[in-house]
Amino acid sequence: MMDATVTPTTTTAPARSSRQLVLWIVLLLMAAGLPWLFYDFNTGRHSGFLLTMLSQMGMMIIFALSYNMLMGQAGLLSFGHAVFFGLGGYCTIHLLNAVGKGSLPVPMELIPILSGIAGLGFGAVFGYMAAKQRATAFAMITLGIGELIATAAIMFHHFFGGEGGVSANRMIEKSLFGLSYASPVQVFYLILAWTLIAALGMLFLTKTPLGAMANATRDNFERAQFMGYDPRRVRFLQFALSGLFAGIGGGLYAITYEIVTFDAVAGALSANVVLMTYIGGTTIFYGPMLGATLITLMQSGLSLWSNSWLIYVGVLFIGMVTFAPTGLAGMIEAHGPIARAGRLRQLIVPYLRMSIPGLALLLGFVGLVELLSFLTIGQAQGKTLALFGNKIDIKSAMPWIVTVALLVIGTGWLRFEIRGFGRLWDDVTADLKQRSV
Amino acid sequence: MSSFMTNDVALSLKDLRKNFGPTEIIRGVNLEVKRGERHAVIGPNGAGKTTLFNLISGRFPITSGSISLNGERIDGMEPQNINRMGLSRSFQITSIFHRMTVFENIRCALLWSGGYKYSFWSALWAQKELNQRAERLLDELNLLPRANLQAGLLSYAEQRALEIGITIAGGATVILLDEPTAGMSHSETEYAVAMIQRVTEGKTLVMVEHDMRVVFGLADTISVVVYGEVIASGKPEDIRASRAVQEAYLGALTE
Repeated sequence: MMDATVTPTTTTAPARSSRQLVLWIVLLLMAAGLPWLFYDFNTGRHSGFLLTMLSQMGMMIIFALSYNMLMGQAGLLSFGHAVFFGLGGYCTIHLLNAVGKGSLPVPMELIPILSGIAGLGFGAVFGYMAAKQRATAFAMITLGIGELIATAAIMFHHFFGGEGGVSANRMIEKSLFGLSYASPVQVFYLILAWTLIAALGMLFLTKTPLGAMANATRDNFERAQFMGYDPRRVRFLQFALSGLFAGIGGGLYAITYEIVTFDAVAGALSANVVLMTYIGGTTIFYGPMLGATLITLMQSGLSLWSNSWLIYVGVLFIGMVTFAPTGLAGMIEAHGPIARAGRLRQLIVPYLRMSIPGLALLLGFVGLVELLSFLTIGQAQGKTLALFGNKIDIKSAMPWIVTVALLVIGTGWLRFEIRGFGRLWDDVTADLKQRSV
Repeated sequence: MSSFMTNDVALSLKDLRKNFGPTEIIRGVNLEVKRGERHAVIGPNGAGKTTLFNLISGRFPITSGSISLNGERIDGMEPQNINRMGLSRSFQITSIFHRMTVFENIRCALLWSGGYKYSFWSALWAQKELNQRAERLLDELNLLPRANLQAGLLSYAEQRALEIGITIAGGATVILLDEPTAGMSHSETEYAVAMIQRVTEGKTLVMVEHDMRVVFGLADTISVVVYGEVIASGKPEDIRASRAVQEAYLGALTE
């Protein structure tokens, strides 16, 4: 009788994981093929915007995954992770210059290894300072390290180049495959390859004794101690290795933009990686990849349309923390057992019903933010607000009434729908649990 | 005779004292636990039994006195180092890794003794022997059907079993169990006692326990702690017969 509870998971798990593998390969191929969908045959050029965005996604995916080695896997909240990304970037600029001058014989494809070693080195130095602590003390120390390096980046011109940063030429004429890296599409494939390598590396780490003990110290550091492990040592190693991968991300950043400035180590980027990782989901390995993709998409897409895109990112973050603490990936995973029980269909109508007031709420909120923004910044920039080609007079009462009405009605209606949905969700999950126990 | 054969002593406390601020909680405890002994520490609430465990296992620093494990001083050492010398403990309040699966809990507990240390280059899934050991132990604990469940979702009694499993997994020779059956029903207690007996066979066992059936069922030596002192130590029948013990403690419990 007891055996019946294990057999379903043990028989379907391999099938499930092979299906997941196929999904990942498809996604990888899609990423690789995407630049060709937007290839302009008249000019013989790829879309520069798309390539920049995809490249940015790749490096942010690495960066967010490396951050989750601390936040998700070791339970360590760091406010200074950009330090390792940025320092990896600065070191890479100097490396590129050295290779370009001919004093360092390293091909472009292997430069990110050196960026990673730089990140590892700084991770070890600062990990030595931070990893003795955990929880709040750890967070405060990382905040301090972040401020320290950000200040140093302005002060020490020889290495950091001051406000202007340091720059390099990536056409170093050393490549394993004879590539010049003059065109962004070659850089994109370099980034894609390294994103794959780094992600697989970090996935592997979660399946090693260190990875397991990082989880253990996260859940219960004292118990880990009474099993023979020094939690400080676990945190230190995890921190240093996380620095390694962040350094690779920063190296790719340097190669892409050929310039690294103060921004790459600054607090804003450290905060950004917290947002990406959390929104994507810290409890599942691929979560930060989703978060990095989404935030980069918002950063490059939404920012074209709206001055206020950062407000939307902020609200999304607060919303996720409040209502979906396991992030996007957690939300997806929660549907796994329901889908396997063949009950996903039950949820379609409730989701549709929620989406109507949800959309109203969203429109109302966006409308209000945009109206306010056009009242101030927009006016200063001499922009006018237009919807479907029709100019909207932001000084008249009508648009304000409509947005506030959408906001109020949407909120009330959504709350009603959510209550009904909550009951259904509890029913379904309780039923599934009962069947599995 | 026992005083000659010091290498027969697994655990020895000498004039152990512990103050929390001005309050003396442990007031000069002397205790010897022989190798292979099943030693129960009993006493009223607040007598300092759990504090004693916290001192032995290195969770709290001692104020004065000494603690020796197999003849070597361990007072002042950190918990992980004491553990590596062969002493392991369980907790009164279940202390497991809630977000990891039951299997992962046990496998983590096997890692240090398996010599893996902080390895970030060996893949856990490929460690056949380690995984088999984890499965065997889960089987002994009757937790095998729960192997892939998140540990936090186990029933209370199952979590207690996992707690004991984590404690013994590393192959420690001296096991401290802090109220292993606290909060269990009659049948669960009986079951747990049999399980403890099975998995701690050949090891030195020291346990704090309130349930007198468990104490008299498992222990071959009993020490009674009252107000931070050992007031009596001996065979179960002697302790049961001791008037001092009855007055201080047992009378109230056995009615």
